[in-house]
Amino acid sequence: MTERCERKTLTMGNIAVAEGAVQAGCRAYFGYPITPQNEIPEYLSARLPEVGGIFLQAESELASINMVLGAASTGTRVMTSSSGPGISLMQEGISFLAGSQLPAVIVNIMRCGPGLGGIKPTQADYFQATRGGGHGDYRTLVFAPGNVQEMFDFTVCAFELADKYRNPVMILADAILGQMREPATLVPEHPPVEYDKSGWILNGAHGRPSRNIRSMYLEGDGQEELNYVLQQKYEQMEEEEPRHEERWTEDADRLVIAFGTSARIASTSIREAREEGIRAGLFRPITLYPYPKKALRALTKHIKKILVVEMNCGQMLEDVLAIVPQGVKVAFHGRPGGGVPTHTDILEKLKEL
Amino acid sequence: METNVFKRPQALTDTPTHYCPGCGHGVAHRLVAEAIDHFGLREHTVGVASAGCSVMMYKYFDVDTIEAAHGRALAVATGIKRTHPELTVFTYQGDGDLASIGLAETMHAANRGEKVCVIFINNAVYGMTGGQMAPTTLLGMKTSTTPTGRSLHREGSPLKMAELLSKLDGVAFCQRVSLHDPDQVYEAREAIFRAFEAQLEGLGFSFVEVLSACGTNMRMKPSDAQKWVANQMCQAYPLGVFKDDEA
Ligand SMILES: Cc1ncc(C[n+]2csc(CCOP(=O)(O)OP(=O)(O)O)c2C)c(N)n1
Repeated sequence: MTERCERKTLTMGNIAVAEGAVQAGCRAYFGYPITPQNEIPEYLSARLPEVGGIFLQAESELASINMVLGAASTGTRVMTSSSGPGISLMQEGISFLAGSQLPAVIVNIMRCGPGLGGIKPTQADYFQATRGGGHGDYRTLVFAPGNVQEMFDFTVCAFELADKYRNPVMILADAILGQMREPATLVPEHPPVEYDKSGWILNGAHGRPSRNIRSMYLEGDGQEELNYVLQQKYEQMEEEEPRHEERWTEDADRLVIAFGTSARIASTSIREAREEGIRAGLFRPITLYPYPKKALRALTKHIKKILVVEMNCGQMLEDVLAIVPQGVKVAFHGRPGGGVPTHTDILEKLKEL
Repeated sequence: METNVFKRPQALTDTPTHYCPGCGHGVAHRLVAEAIDHFGLREHTVGVASAGCSVMMYKYFDVDTIEAAHGRALAVATGIKRTHPELTVFTYQGDGDLASIGLAETMHAANRGEKVCVIFINNAVYGMTGGQMAPTTLLGMKTSTTPTGRSLHREGSPLKMAELLSKLDGVAFCQRVSLHDPDQVYEAREAIFRAFEAQLEGLGFSFVEVLSACGTNMRMKPSDAQKWVANQMCQAYPLGVFKDDEA
């Protein structure tokens, strides 16, 4: 057993995110209360001052995301978290972060809309998270954790990648992952990677020319040029960052594609299917943007039947349909509005494939 | 022997502004720059620009600047100042920005006593988007969205931000000034100096409301626009110090 495994503590998903942020060097948090993510600000309100960080409850999510932008412009590792309506309110700010090339981590512990919605688990914000969400031609790197340990680990990684790309990174999790308690190690696998920010941060033009951070370029083709700079970053992300997990795929003749809690439930169904002699496998995207396209395409060389399972009415499904070649059969099972797919339902669908 | 007695402040770049003839933004920029120079802050300041005619102030100020979303300058300033209290932070906002879309950010940043300076340019219209009604548009005043004049019963009365903010405990300094003649410009300069001083002393939120002409959108000659500010604006918006924690 490694040292990392020995130090496991029973931890709630939301707390794992919050402590992951602290371990990643996050020293500022701005947010507004909303269920089911309140444990994140509550924890950080006590924890951040212990490490010399700033916690501030903002007057709204409009304010929190723009406080995040201000803190990010000084080079501080900064985070906000919210859910449903709050994340919707933040979209203008997330677009500004992307356009201004500022790093920040945004946590969405989803609630099931549309509208005020409810607090039951859902994956209905897949489109909003992976398409950018706000206005303009931008992307947000999106992590989909599948257990409490990953809530911690991916949060640490989110801060590193936000800095690497100077781009907002989102942690997209459902209420089960946020509220669930599991043993987890709250120590990063390696010391968080730091990036040199001295070339762009605002800290007073001391001994250097003054700088400006903005997203509006009115002169000439400035705005078009900015967009090409952003697209280059997204191309690099597509090349370097896709992450996924495969289980039982070596001999599989059919595949479940699911992320987060859905993937966990599907694992049970796949085990049950295998007991009945059905050779099913699991493909779990860990980054929803950039989507692990190459890995999925490679699998479809020998697997021709796919079942997409989501806690929505078929959002990731659109990406899967665009990725897999013709001749691969794609079925879907989803539950919207807080409904959670059962392992028996998924098993039935697997048999029907 | 010649001595140069009137120089460009160091905190301004050598760039002609894009502002219209008679517009107050250029004068207000200069006064802010003089304050920055006076306190030796050019290398320790971050200015937050807002969506509005002054969104391109980064071209004119030779200090670090950032562009905020419309209405969110004080949230951005909060993020900067909280994480870097050693920096001097100012926002530069129009009336649409500060008193309409950003009213919540304004009230809460003031109420928290954020140690930042706010330069609030009240020109009674939305300049950048073409002269629509602002929350500060005077009653009866015609704009491109109040063709028959602002009505008390339809649009409500003009928001008096200096009066409102002076009631909040977090506000350390609050003054309304005007730019319509040289004496007033001098008063405005003193007020802006005092606002920066209050921040340096760590007293709290400091706020200077600057009445400023927008001749272009008022469809007036620059000289008439100044007269209009002196006569109409100063009547609706009384000048003076509303709060000074030092005094
Ligand atoms: C969310 C959003 N809504 C609307 C706009 C368009 N807009 C840009 S500036 C502005 C008004 C500016 O007026 P004011 O704040 O009074 O400043 P001025 O231009 O008069 O200096 C508006 C409505 C915007 N940029 N963002």
